[in-house]
Amino acid sequence: MEKEPASKVELAPGVGGGGEIPTFDVTLKVRRYNPEISDEAHWDEWKLTMYGTDRVLDALHKVKWEHDGSVSFRRSCAHGVCGSDAMRINGRNRLACKTLLKDLDTSKPILVEPIKGLPVEKDLIVDMEPFFQSYREIMPFLISKGHSPTKERLQSAEERERYDDTTKCILCAACTSSCPVFWTDGQYFGPAAIVNAHRFIFDSRDDAGDMRLEILNDKEGVWRCRTTFNCTEACPRGIQVTKAISEVKQAILTRKI
Amino acid sequence: MQVHKYDVVIVGAGGAGMRAAIEAGQRAHTAVLTKLYPTRSHTGAAQGGMCAALANVEEDNWEWHTFDTVKGGDYLVDQDAAEVMAKEAIDAVLDLEKMGLPFNRTPEGRIDQRRFGGHTRDHGKAPVRRSCYAADRTGHMILQTLYQNCVKHNVEFYNEYYVLDLLMVDQEVTVDGETRLEKRVAGVVSYDLASGELHVFQAKSVVIASGGVGKVYKTTSNAHTLTGDGMGIAFRRGIPLEDMEFFQFHPTGLAGLGILLSEAARGEGAILRNSDGERFMERYAPTIKDLAPRDIVARSMANEVREGRGAGPNKDYVLLDLTHLEPAHIDAKLPDITEFARTYLGVEPYTEPVPVFPTAHYAMGGIPTNISAEVLSDNETVVPGLYAAGEVACVSVHGSNRLGTNSLLDINVFGKRAGLAAAEYALTADFVEIPENPTAETEALLDRARSSEGGERVAAIRKELQDIMDANVQVFRTEQTLLEALSVIDGLEERYTRITVQDKGKRFNLDLLEAVELGFLLDMAKVMTAAALHRQESRGGHFREDFPERDDENFMTHSMAYKDPSATRTSGVRLETKPVIFTRYEPMERKY
Ligand SMILES: Cc1cc2nc3c(=O)[nH]c(=O)nc-3n(C[C@H](O)[C@H](O)[C@H](O)COP(=O)(O)OP(=O)(O)OC[C@H]3O[C@@H](n4cnc5c(N)ncnc54)[C@H](O)[C@@H]3O)c2cc1C
Ligand code: SF4
Ligand code: FES
Repeated sequence: MEKEPASKVELAPGVGGGGEIPTFDVTLKVRRYNPEISDEAHWDEWKLTMYGTDRVLDALHKVKWEHDGSVSFRRSCAHGVCGSDAMRINGRNRLACKTLLKDLDTSKPILVEPIKGLPVEKDLIVDMEPFFQSYREIMPFLISKGHSPTKERLQSAEERERYDDTTKCILCAACTSSCPVFWTDGQYFGPAAIVNAHRFIFDSRDDAGDMRLEILNDKEGVWRCRTTFNCTEACPRGIQVTKAISEVKQAILTRKI
Repeated sequence: MQVHKYDVVIVGAGGAGMRAAIEAGQRAHTAVLTKLYPTRSHTGAAQGGMCAALANVEEDNWEWHTFDTVKGGDYLVDQDAAEVMAKEAIDAVLDLEKMGLPFNRTPEGRIDQRRFGGHTRDHGKAPVRRSCYAADRTGHMILQTLYQNCVKHNVEFYNEYYVLDLLMVDQEVTVDGETRLEKRVAGVVSYDLASGELHVFQAKSVVIASGGVGKVYKTTSNAHTLTGDGMGIAFRRGIPLEDMEFFQFHPTGLAGLGILLSEAARGEGAILRNSDGERFMERYAPTIKDLAPRDIVARSMANEVREGRGAGPNKDYVLLDLTHLEPAHIDAKLPDITEFARTYLGVEPYTEPVPVFPTAHYAMGGIPTNISAEVLSDNETVVPGLYAAGEVACVSVHGSNRLGTNSLLDINVFGKRAGLAAAEYALTADFVEIPENPTAETEALLDRARSSEGGERVAAIRKELQDIMDANVQVFRTEQTLLEALSVIDGLEERYTRITVQDKGKRFNLDLLEAVELGFLLDMAKVMTAAALHRQESRGGHFREDFPERDDENFMTHSMAYKDPSATRTSGVRLETKPVIFTRYEPMERKY
């Protein structure tokens, strides 16, 4: 059993971080688009004074709350778990709420654009429907044949571990909208749908793996993936997206899960 | 204006709303209206677990769980409701497993369980392993699993539809030859974010599942979107709100940010220390120490800071110490929250203690319901067809302080009950006629916000509101701080009539909706403060320094807050009381 921790310990000086929080100036450039006003997109920029722990989302809020209320973007949880605020920040797909300003090059303007490959609705807001449509097509729910037991189904810790990585997905679309194949072919299922198929294909409790593999064997399925790794780099949850896709490819070839 | 017609309309697609939708959707024509895409709901942020006396790893039973819930809530829990929840917990967890939820497993392949604050074996003898979990992502897994099953059952979602009004009519009913007016629900009015159009949904049953109100505070674990809309809408339509003075402050928010580090950290062995390196909870709760209920731990922490034993340059936080735990154990059980500490504070939890301070977390109070999730318009009258479940509701299973892991449980048990009851009612009832001009109030509200040119900024008013709530209505309260808060809120409310919304467009006008949300926040802050003023005792999450003892003689009652402009001392909120339901447990002193 675990041992009781000490009632009292000597703390190292300055422990727990903290200290004076430095402020710094940044220039935020946001790609604006509002078809109610104009069919053309343009850039707006603001100079802002921000704090050490501030994120890109804080900078966007500062703009919206203090300068221009019409700047539009989605957000909710503000700590990287709800998947609302994937956007292109300096050319890379990231969550605004998880990107610390101090980790960016603040000597140059920070460029913020909507994610690519999905229709832009207004400023940083895109139409997510095509993304969720692909997700729904891979049947993202447990399908189990046979009797359901009175208590829980058994699953060993190893079986549970097998699909752990892909259960972490928050459907933010950072991966799919960073994929060059998806940009040119919006019909491609895209990495996020494959990640979510993987989550069920490799779940020992699921009996519909074959059906899902068949769906992903389609011409718009896994074979379109060109292994560019953009998706893995983009994933804010650290999911090994490309690895998951190749495991699905492998399973289609061998029909072994 | 478009009009839609459904048997059941569910407001909100978090855990409670989607759990209800899975039941109602299979039985009646159902629509779910949600201001966020379902998977963005804040249920996904829940970390630690959902408790049920499965007894998979050690002896346990639902009666112990009921007792812990009642005691944890400082005896203000309705005991019939707690009993229902603890009994149905077991099926609620098994339901989720069958839907596909990837729980952590024991070596035998069963659902694993771990400790959580206030959950004990045999009426307080020792901590018990009762919380079922999936690493520190339990809420994420619940939200995903429920959404997956909604997709499976083809549940109809109206995403990014903000419900802004509840359509209620007074209908004459005759019972035993006596005729009286009874409140009936006819539907809801919603605003489509994409187009800016209003949509009326006529429904036989309406389930409110719109979540909490954490954004009345500055330091909070809650999402930006948790603005108390459902409570506000009901309150404005004459429904009382129950026990709103009880708001839970979770002990371990990342200092300065409020981002939550789950109690699971302490469940897995982490401990709190002050600036002297002392494990101070040994002084406040000698038996269960760091795993005492949240109100006690949060107050103890605030007290350490007040007495000058806070850590950091401003001595304004304490430390959560995980350094004695194995890194591999931390990675397996607490991967996300340790990453939060690294990402947002730059602290490495393997080797350094993490700065933490209480963060506004959970509304114990809300729309009063009975155990069938039916909404009450006073102490006993049910509003036919109107249901509420989840954080927006007050059943009351949490009393004056919720135990960790009891909310994910609550949303599943009472979400399911609400869905079933709403569908059942809809199958026999008729539609209530929509009142004439159903969108009049909503249009007036939006027009005021859009056309006012007073120059006041929504963000500035909201910030001042959050500042005063943090300063005056937090873990320590007195008559003076509360009265001061009320007068500040009154002032903010006056300024709110002079706001300017800059975005004048129809598409995705979030600027306008933030203004509307601020209106709900102001109303709820007022209700919470007035209720806190009314309760001249200390119990659970509500601590009055001027009345530091629990006073069962005068306050062993729920509070019921009604909108009433004549209650001028308390800013238009009238307070009444409602008896607590006792079944088996007599109030005792709450010691841990
Ligand atoms: C960080 C964190 C960790 C937690 N950890 C735990 C834990 O480990 N165990 C536990 O038991 N509890 C935990 N809790 C508490 C628990 O997660 C919540 O109380 C619970 O998930 C609330 O669920 P809900 O369905 O009521 O609301 P939510 O999940 O918040 O959903 C609210 C829904 O209502 C919708 N909505 C809101 N307003 C409107 C409107 N005007 N019109 C239309 N739709 C609207 C939203 O779109 C959303 O879909 C935690 C809470 C937080 C914040
Ligand atoms: S796999 Fe990662 S990047 Fe892709 S949607 Fe899921 S969380 Fe986002
Ligand atoms: S706001 Fe939720 S992920 Fe960024």
